[in-house]
Amino acid sequence: MTKDECKQVVLDIIADIAPDEDLSNVKPEVRLRDQMQLDSMDFLDIVMELRKRHGIEVPEKDYQQLASLDSCAEYLTPKFDALTGKS
Amino acid sequence: MKLSRIVITGVGLTAPNGNSLSEFRANLLAGVAGVQRREIRYMGTQLAGVCDYNSLKHQTKKEVRVGTRAGSISIYCAREALADSGLIWEAVAKDRVGIYIGCTEHGNVETENEIYNISKFNYDTKFWSHYHNPRTVANNPAGEASLNLGVTGPAYTIGAACAAGNMGLIHATQMLRLGEVDLAICGGVSESIHTFGIFAGFKSQNALATHADPLKASRPFDKARNGIVISEGGALHTLERLDDAQARGAKIYGEIAGYHVNSDASDYVLPNPARQAECVRAAISRAGLVPRDIHIVNTHATATPLGDIQECEAIRAVFGEGCPDTSINNTKGYIGHCMGAAGALELAGNLPSFDDLIVHPTINVDDLDPLCALPGLVLNQPRAVAKVDTILNNSFGMLGINSALIVKRFVP
Repeated sequence: MTKDECKQVVLDIIADIAPDEDLSNVKPEVRLRDQMQLDSMDFLDIVMELRKRHGIEVPEKDYQQLASLDSCAEYLTPKFDALTGKS
Repeated sequence: MKLSRIVITGVGLTAPNGNSLSEFRANLLAGVAGVQRREIRYMGTQLAGVCDYNSLKHQTKKEVRVGTRAGSISIYCAREALADSGLIWEAVAKDRVGIYIGCTEHGNVETENEIYNISKFNYDTKFWSHYHNPRTVANNPAGEASLNLGVTGPAYTIGAACAAGNMGLIHATQMLRLGEVDLAICGGVSESIHTFGIFAGFKSQNALATHADPLKASRPFDKARNGIVISEGGALHTLERLDDAQARGAKIYGEIAGYHVNSDASDYVLPNPARQAECVRAAISRAGLVPRDIHIVNTHATATPLGDIQECEAIRAVFGEGCPDTSINNTKGYIGHCMGAAGALELAGNLPSFDDLIVHPTINVDDLDPLCALPGLVLNQPRAVAKVDTILNNSFGMLGINSALIVKRFVP
């Protein structure tokens, strides 16, 4: 999985959990919280949807890795690759 | 102690046959029912009263997603009631507003949904939603309304089975008289069509209505009635002390004249006509009236074979033959049983009678059960009457909770 594909996975989840937000211009380097209405329950939603849709586990100590799209991609892409057998 | 006079100044509602009081009333007078077929999880096609209000009128998509149906109905009804009241909401002191919402039950829907959800994941509870607790706490519907409206005064639900809608108004009256709040948003809501458990429970009790024609399925007092049509819905009223309402020149729908609440203490599900009659008599007495002063009785009757007969027995005991000006009707033939909303919704549907002097009928009575043949029963066609100064609204619930609420024409 490329990092861009990984960002899209996260964006698809956000589109469902924050359906009022305009996601056409999300800045990948800026904290998600600073550019849309997301609270701690929403981040738990992201964690839950990664688990449900993709079998990805994000332990609580790593939640901060989900702060921006860029950090999501850095953190999650290896996890997706591990699932599909890529290193 | 001289009690403050309490008046109804706004109504917001959603019913299976209308999303505003004017639409609801027009359908009650035109005999338009709102029951339909619906797929219920594990149970196939059942009959239900379904609301089609626009949830996005007063909520964001995210609020709808995160919240509950009962919360959404509460928000819709509260916002519509406030708009109807003519209050300038921005100028209202939010810490002096109380939200009192009656519920038959809450949390069944959300719990069933989560169990269904984890059933797709081999019942692994790590897939259980973190929203489960805020969705299922008993105060959820009122709490969601407080969040949406920014109300910082007391906001909670009142659990009173199917007497709950009346209880919302009764409790609000008490809180206004105590000076706890200056404005109350009160009534009841139901999301019960979204829980299969309510359907299955009534079915196991042999109390779930069936009929080839959904619009004929809910038929209180008809000989062939065979049970309840479960419905969702809500009605919230704004209540104020009379002096506050007059000071702002508010439209006044009616004045709370009296009420009573009591308990059967006799059975889990079977009503007790003696206690029901006591409840109605006590409400009439508190209003300073006698039975013949009551012009409309909206019955609770849900179309169960026994329950209807027992309520009729109670009404016969109170009103007997000496009440020529008393008309008796029922709303559930149109909308089924809106559970926690029933009392507040059915009262709302009758309030316009103060102005139009028409009593809406109970519909779907093709063959009146002789045991339900009360004098004054308005069957199938609306009845124009000379005078409507008082409306008595009955709402009874399981575990034997009875409520009777009387609203009278406002006379300064």
